[in-house]
Amino acid sequence: MSLSLAAGVVPGPRKDPAVAAALGRRRKRADAVIRLLCVAATLIGLVFLASILITLTTRGFEAMSLRVFTHTTAAPGSDGGLLNAIVGSLIQALLGTAIGTPIGILAGTYLAEYSQGSKFGNAVRFVSDILLSAPSILVGLFVYQILVLPFGGFSGWAGAVALAIIVIPVVIRTTEDMLQLIPNTLREAVIALGSPKWKMVVLVCWKAAMAGIITGVLLAVARVAGETAPLLFTSLGNNAWSTDLARPMASLPVTIYSFASSPFEDWIALAWAGALLITLGVLAINILARTLLRVSK
Amino acid sequence: MSQAATASPPAARPAARRGNLGDTVFEWACRGAGVFVLLLIGAIIIELFIAGWPAFRIFGFAFITSTDWDPVQEVFGAGVSIYGTVVTSVMAIMLAVPIAFGIAFFLTELAPVWLRRPVGTAIELLAAVPSIIYGMWGFFVIAPAFAKHVQPWIIDNAGELPLVGFLFQGPPFGTGIFTAAFILAIMILPFIAATMRDVFEQVPPVYKESAYALGATTWEVMRGVVIPYTRISVVGSVMLGLGRALGETMAVTFVIGNANRISSSVFGPGNTIASLVALEFGESEIGTLRLASLLALGFILFVLSFIVLATSRWLLRPRLKA
Repeated sequence: MSLSLAAGVVPGPRKDPAVAAALGRRRKRADAVIRLLCVAATLIGLVFLASILITLTTRGFEAMSLRVFTHTTAAPGSDGGLLNAIVGSLIQALLGTAIGTPIGILAGTYLAEYSQGSKFGNAVRFVSDILLSAPSILVGLFVYQILVLPFGGFSGWAGAVALAIIVIPVVIRTTEDMLQLIPNTLREAVIALGSPKWKMVVLVCWKAAMAGIITGVLLAVARVAGETAPLLFTSLGNNAWSTDLARPMASLPVTIYSFASSPFEDWIALAWAGALLITLGVLAINILARTLLRVSK
Repeated sequence: MSQAATASPPAARPAARRGNLGDTVFEWACRGAGVFVLLLIGAIIIELFIAGWPAFRIFGFAFITSTDWDPVQEVFGAGVSIYGTVVTSVMAIMLAVPIAFGIAFFLTELAPVWLRRPVGTAIELLAAVPSIIYGMWGFFVIAPAFAKHVQPWIIDNAGELPLVGFLFQGPPFGTGIFTAAFILAIMILPFIAATMRDVFEQVPPVYKESAYALGATTWEVMRGVVIPYTRISVVGSVMLGLGRALGETMAVTFVIGNANRISSSVFGPGNTIASLVALEFGESEIGTLRLASLLALGFILFVLSFIVLATSRWLLRPRLKA
């Protein structure tokens, strides 16, 4: 056999050691080039993240002061803060999560525990996946149509409902995924003890998937905390202090949007401070959620 | 003993019935939440269509193709913003897909195991940054840099090319279609990369090991085994990115330049459906044709993204089942 490798014994370029070596070099070179390009692509992605974070921290910290947390938004040049926007964002995000989470958990539970490949279950899963990626601005337009127009104006409630609609698919997805990780033997053991199915789901499955479900809720909070588009047409924004959910309510993203697109230096600086706050908050919640999931596994 | 045995069945029956009642209530609560989700998407479609109906009725099918958008004369058409939406999204995809592919390839095949989780997490955090932050970053950092360095260079070097040169002519504003596409590309990058990574990880290791055992290089394994195996899901992940890009609002609104015309140059200003709605909604009075036209735009955007996202879901289905 080794004879066949010698040049001339078997004709054909691939049997020629010199040609074969050259081909091998070309393959190796192609491989090296692609590897290098992939590393470069990853670096590009990381550079963007770093650039965003560095811009935010340098410009955000410049504008950060105690005033941001103690004063409400004010006219340009009059030393305002972001207090009403921060509080408004917290209220709407938490209320939206509180409204959306039970619906999301129940629907996710239906998909994991009851649907068993039924057409209805597949339809719900399909629609939930679409809602997960659907443009959030449309949710704002929808809530404007059903809550703002008929009930006489922009309100914190409308903002919270718009955010709740965004929370629901996030929670459905994680709840279903987490419940499906639970081994069936656990379910069979509970049923064999004579427990009704709802007790199995509530006391065993939910409990076993608790960390995962909480992760989903945290991710949903992080998602809606930064949402701007759905709030533009629902809670609108409010330059005065207000915790009345029946009236227009300020929120951090909408305030950042209007301040950043203004021509006033101090408003733009406040927008950077707000942007830093919201990004740190969102990233912190994300990291917390991931850690929680990893620790529980 | 025997007394207890005979006494227990009647006592157990109500308990069992209570259990059944609990089961019925709980199952219907869960099913009800599912029905609610279906009703929700139906209600969104119907409400947007009803709200946009005056615009569809007055302008007819021409609403979709007309490039007029004149609030003074009350003449509205969706042509410019549909064009802007599609062009920015497609350009974003063209910029993002190669990089996302590189990242996914790096994370599944090249990176040492200890590096995979931190890099993967960093890329996923890029997806968690709110879109308004991308908008500010794009407006205050990227747009000036583009206006000063990137665009003049491209205009000088590509503006004179035959056939395609007109795409790269015009003044370097910094903002515009190209900048919007660039920001969109960065925003959808982590979604595409994360989905592609998950898809690549579904390839059975035995297939890859067989190819390696035959002497294939890493890239040959990727090209000959992983990509053919995951081709459909890869297209699905690209469609997912496209669906995200179509409806992105805040980031685009900051950098698109807001002009209701179609410019031949990719550096010209434009509009997308979402940015037009975000910018003009506040100026529109209740009950006007302008507001109805904006809501009609919303309906068109919903249909567009529904089609793209549904296709993506359908293509990714094999992966979801696994």
